[in-house]
Amino acid sequence: MRKLFVLKTIGFFEEAGRIVILFVNTLIWTFRPPLNLKNIVLQMEYVGINSFFVVFIMSIFIGMVFALQSFSGFQKFHAEAFVGTIVALAMVRELGPVFSGLMVSGRVGAAMAAELGTMKVTEQIDALNTLATNPIKYLVVPRFLASLFVMPILIIFSDIVGIIGGYLVSVYILDQNSEVYKKRTWDYMELEDIYIGLIKACVFGVIIAIVSCHQGFHTMGGAEGVGKATTRAVVQSSLLILISNYFITALLF
Amino acid sequence: MPRDDPKDLHPDGMIVIRDLFKSFGENRVLQGLNLDVKRGEDMVVIGRSGSGKSVLIKCIIGLIKPDRGSIYINGEDIVPFKEKNLNEMRKKFGMLFQFGALFDSMPVWENVGFGLKQHTELKNDEIRDIVKEKLKMVGLDGVDDLMPSELSGGMKKRVSLARAIAMEPEILLYDEPTTGLDPIMADVINELIIRLREKLKVTSIAITHDMVSAYKIANRIAMLYQGKIIEVGTPDEIRNSNNDVVQQFIQGRSEGPITRGK
Ligand SMILES: Nc1ncnc2c1ncn2[C@@H]1O[C@H](COP(=O)(O)OP(=O)(O)OP(=O)(O)O)[C@@H](O)[C@H]1O
Ligand SMILES: [Mg+2]
Repeated sequence: MRKLFVLKTIGFFEEAGRIVILFVNTLIWTFRPPLNLKNIVLQMEYVGINSFFVVFIMSIFIGMVFALQSFSGFQKFHAEAFVGTIVALAMVRELGPVFSGLMVSGRVGAAMAAELGTMKVTEQIDALNTLATNPIKYLVVPRFLASLFVMPILIIFSDIVGIIGGYLVSVYILDQNSEVYKKRTWDYMELEDIYIGLIKACVFGVIIAIVSCHQGFHTMGGAEGVGKATTRAVVQSSLLILISNYFITALLF
Repeated sequence: MPRDDPKDLHPDGMIVIRDLFKSFGENRVLQGLNLDVKRGEDMVVIGRSGSGKSVLIKCIIGLIKPDRGSIYINGEDIVPFKEKNLNEMRKKFGMLFQFGALFDSMPVWENVGFGLKQHTELKNDEIRDIVKEKLKMVGLDGVDDLMPSELSGGMKKRVSLARAIAMEPEILLYDEPTTGLDPIMADVINELIIRLREKLKVTSIAITHDMVSAYKIANRIAMLYQGKIIEVGTPDEIRNSNNDVVQQFIQGRSEGPITRGK
């Protein structure tokens, strides 16, 4: 029992170490020309197109339910007018980045891990090596850059959609005054809130790409292995997103 | 013990392997393996499933780092090589994988032209022309724009072969070129390997447990057993070997020293 615990702990640090090494290597290869623009654009398309629709649906409903909940809470203090403020702040600071991050890790991270994992078990990654091509440069760098660039766009999109969702519920269902709601939304919003949202977006993008590619590269044993790698990629990146989210918030606010 | 210069040992040794060891945990796969492959010859390594043939070939091209030992390619030991030198060295190699290992996100022509695209300044049109020619060499025509998933197993293997020869390598490594193919297709591949050797003058190592293929394509055959090469010789010498292990294997008998030993 004790031994198992020790082994698990060692395994955990080993894996964490490998992820950090992959991250460092990816950075090194990113700055080593040439950049494969075609692959980066392809991955951006993939990360984006795969995600915009789900992020739209997710964000609008989050904004809507958040408006409903905070309205019923704020009503007790006759502070209904601040629903717009709280929806906007919550969306921009936490809900937009975190939920989008989780959603993208479920969709895009899983796909990355499955794709690289399949390449690993069918020896395509070995084949890349034999063709004198570095797999980190060829496979990880485009995915890394694509997530790094697409996540902020996606998260701003999520913020806006969420705020619109809150607005729709407040104005059309809860009969709030449209102008007051808009004013309350903007008045308390600071540039800093948006920056921090964007920093989170970039960090989450990096986490998703690196963790998923790492799981893909370390896939073993056929279709079952690919399934396991995919699951692990989603679980690890989701947890890391939530943990790093706390620390970014704690350090920067 | 001073290490002999492999050039002195075998002046025409293209690939010289000395004392190669590789284990995976408790699983000791290669245990002091020695092998010499001459320039322009086709060496076939035979051995049972799981005996370490694939591990050997992956060591030669630097996909697996051996625990100990040396692999001289053209007189230079590649075992201590780092990524950069390995990749330079790999440009001299072509490798055919057991199941093709084609990139399934790319059409056939991009697969075959991958090395050209990565390592030359050639334009797509020029690459397509070269690809067409290589595909013709392996007996394929009009498949350039198909995806790997649209090909049969035999076609995949031939496309993979075309990819391996696209950069005109000096050394070709074949991992079970004929396994899983019907006898006719297997013979097509055998003929192809022989033709490549005669036309392109490549040095090659093929690993297989298909004895028909081994006899047909080999200049020499080496038997891998318990992590070592236990016998090397021409196909005739192997056929007439008085080593019981070799005899059991090439005759495919279930009774003998291999199965008794275990
Ligand atoms: N990457 C690896 N990690 C751990 N063990 C490995 C690895 N690659 C190979 N092995 C082990 O090494 C041994 C030899 O495997 P190898 O693939 O070289 O066999 P083989 O001779 O090519 O067999 P086959 O004819 O079936 O392809 C096997 O026991 C295998 O489990
Ligand atoms: Mg094998």
